[in-house]
Amino acid sequence: MLALRDVHAHYGKSHVLHGVSIDVGPGEVVGLLGRNGVGKSTTLKTIMGLVRASAGSVTFEGRDIVHLPTHRLPGYGIGYVPEDRRVFRLLTVLENLRTGLDRAGMTPTRRDALLEKVYRHFPVLRERRHQAGGTLSGGEQQMLAIARAMVLEPKIILLDEPTEGLMPRMVGQIREIIEVLNAEGVAILLVEQNVPLTLAVSSRVYIMEKGTVRHQAPAAALRADDAVIHQYLGV
Amino acid sequence: MGAIPLDQFLVQTVNGLVSGMILALVASGLTLIFGIMDVVNFAHGDLLMLGAFVGSGIFLSTGNFWAALFVAVVVIAVLGAVLQLTTLRPLLGRDPLTTILATFGVSLVLQNYALWQWGPSARKITEPIGGQFQLLYLQYPVYRIAIALLSAAIIGGLWLFMKYGKYGIWIRATTQDRVMAAAMGIPVPAVHAVVFAIGAGMAAASGVLFAPLVGVTQTIGLDFTLRAFVVVVVGGMGNLGGSILASIFVSLLEAYASLFVSPAQAVIVSFVALVLTLLFRPTGLFVPTPK
Amino acid sequence: MSPTRPSSRAYWLGFTLVLAGLVLAPLVLPEFWRRFVTEILVWGLLAMSSDILIGYTGMVSFGHSAFFGLGMYGAAAALLTVRPPNLWLAIVYGLVAAAVVAAFVAYFSTRLRDIYFSITTLVFSQIFYVVIFTWTEVTGGENGLNFRQPAFSIPGLVSAAFTPVTLHWFVLGVVTVSYLLLRRITQSPFGMVLQSIRENEPRTRAIGYPVERYKIVAVMLSGLFAGLAGVLYAVQNRFAAPDFVFFVVSGEVVIFNVMGGMGTLVGPMLGAGFFFVLREVFSRYFTQYYLIPVGIIFTLMVIFVPQGLLGFLRRRLNQ
Repeated sequence: MLALRDVHAHYGKSHVLHGVSIDVGPGEVVGLLGRNGVGKSTTLKTIMGLVRASAGSVTFEGRDIVHLPTHRLPGYGIGYVPEDRRVFRLLTVLENLRTGLDRAGMTPTRRDALLEKVYRHFPVLRERRHQAGGTLSGGEQQMLAIARAMVLEPKIILLDEPTEGLMPRMVGQIREIIEVLNAEGVAILLVEQNVPLTLAVSSRVYIMEKGTVRHQAPAAALRADDAVIHQYLGV
Repeated sequence: MGAIPLDQFLVQTVNGLVSGMILALVASGLTLIFGIMDVVNFAHGDLLMLGAFVGSGIFLSTGNFWAALFVAVVVIAVLGAVLQLTTLRPLLGRDPLTTILATFGVSLVLQNYALWQWGPSARKITEPIGGQFQLLYLQYPVYRIAIALLSAAIIGGLWLFMKYGKYGIWIRATTQDRVMAAAMGIPVPAVHAVVFAIGAGMAAASGVLFAPLVGVTQTIGLDFTLRAFVVVVVGGMGNLGGSILASIFVSLLEAYASLFVSPAQAVIVSFVALVLTLLFRPTGLFVPTPK
Repeated sequence: MSPTRPSSRAYWLGFTLVLAGLVLAPLVLPEFWRRFVTEILVWGLLAMSSDILIGYTGMVSFGHSAFFGLGMYGAAAALLTVRPPNLWLAIVYGLVAAAVVAAFVAYFSTRLRDIYFSITTLVFSQIFYVVIFTWTEVTGGENGLNFRQPAFSIPGLVSAAFTPVTLHWFVLGVVTVSYLLLRRITQSPFGMVLQSIRENEPRTRAIGYPVERYKIVAVMLSGLFAGLAGVLYAVQNRFAAPDFVFFVVSGEVVIFNVMGGMGTLVGPMLGAGFFFVLREVFSRYFTQYYLIPVGIIFTLMVIFVPQGLLGFLRRRLNQ
């Protein structure tokens, strides 16, 4: 469904992605592991068009999206949850959700139904719905960021380090959300530093180093034998 | 300081409030544009000037002030969108001084175009609401109060739109984080063009409202642009409420100053306010102290 | 200009050729064009002074009209109050006036960055404009001041009134010396620091340079040479008027910088020439509205040719 072929990207003069090739099938959860600075987040940003790809192709459901402007991508079913969340700090929780709810083709009934669904998964957001995004705690902001992507009813969510900066007990919550999304048929491309979580939820895992993919394996294989993980991540 | 007669003081207070509201209308457009796309629109005052000229032209042919106001706002709003699409969009991502230079170029063209099109004589529009009313023991023109109220109404309408409308949320989201807004599917380039158009339209409205007070010439553009800059900085760049308060504050200062010096010199007061604000409270006088 | 040997020789060759041409110009050109070239030299000097800020330090000043105008009025003061009118005194008065204004502006605006600096310089020049415009007793207000042209005199050696040709040579001499001085300065360690401020101010500060102090010196330097241009203008035209302190002049200077090529010293001079030529050409068709097409060209250049004419030519020559 989502295919990257030999994608290169630059930040100014520095060459950060040296030919990345990744596949995510419909409904799959795919993990992307690697040390800090290898280009995992940059890969997601390049898919979203936030970083310009200097070479290579990115296709989604057969459509070439590599040079599309960012704002067109949610319309095709791609949702994005960036690292550091980036909730709209001065908008209320409800307004944050509305940025995704108020899109073309949404009827009031569908909107309300979606909102209800999101509140059911994240009751704290219902409580805080009239509070400004910036006043939420780190964990609450993470939930808001994920909820915001969910209301786009995407086919795939690009999830960038959702557990970063969260307390350990919230990791379980993140895992639950990923499993719920997966059960609904939403594909997820998960960039993470947290190896156990990634291995637990993904069906396949890519390992990146120095701007390119070094290794690819089914998660099951890596759970059984994690020597490769030690090799690339040193954990 | 000699004693100023109370009635003069009073008149100047009301004058200050009235000019403050007109300035607020201009400045809120400028601050809206700056807040959302980091563009310091040097041509903003010239959009006001063009609005006044277009308005006076419509007024001359129809005799209807409100038609003049409506047409001027629409025409200049469209012009604003066109300008944003042609000159500012290609500059997205370049350093901010480039946009100053580009809008400066636009300002030159607009000013001279107006000179070419309408000639150097001043334009005046007759006040649509004539008469005076009793302000304590003075006569004060009704029209002036009317424009203050109308400006307040327009700004109020803008505020409501921004707070509750779906598009208002889009605009606020884009202002806060344009990248994330795009990632949520908000058509950021279109939002930019629309906001510029809104800002231009508001400037045009100020121009038409202002025209009956004083004759409009092509050079008032720079005057208003400068005053609006002062207000936007004093009020806090991108802060709508702050720029309204700052407009009133600065206009009152100028109004009181003209009790002592000529109006041409009174304008220095606002410049001094700008410099002092930049030196001591660069985030703006009407912004809560950053913690 | 690059410091490598062969192009250095080429540079000086070019420089000498251009200088020779400018020396001969008043002898061969008709009156109108002679004045034209002299004026371009004066405005070119003004544009060069502005380039120190815009091109080398990365600070866009919209207030150069203040320095220019004060230089002009300073010279006027000397020429009106001291009899007989003395050229050197006019220069001194003009430079002092410009320096005072530059110090004032520098003190207030250099701690501000980017846009705020630009707006503040604009505001200051407008303040000076209003003061000069309304302080009629001293500055002649709207009408400005008229005075006689001083003679070129070196005590003990020579004293001769200027002819248009010798005046041109005098202006050329002053401008050339200024250019060489400015060139020396921009290529000195001081100039390098200015450029590093333009490239990356926080880094320059982090390395340990007192950035504010450098900026203040840059503004003073820029203001001094702008004032000198003002003196030259006053001497050439024998009047001083508030129009020259008005923002439009600052705006035109910025146009020269951008169109000619920022950060090159020569570029802005070219830009001034280019602007005046465009003005001549367009005035034929658009009369006094020449700024419409010129403004459009300027805006297009800001967007598409930001490196200016010089940068554009350089790139072409390098291909």
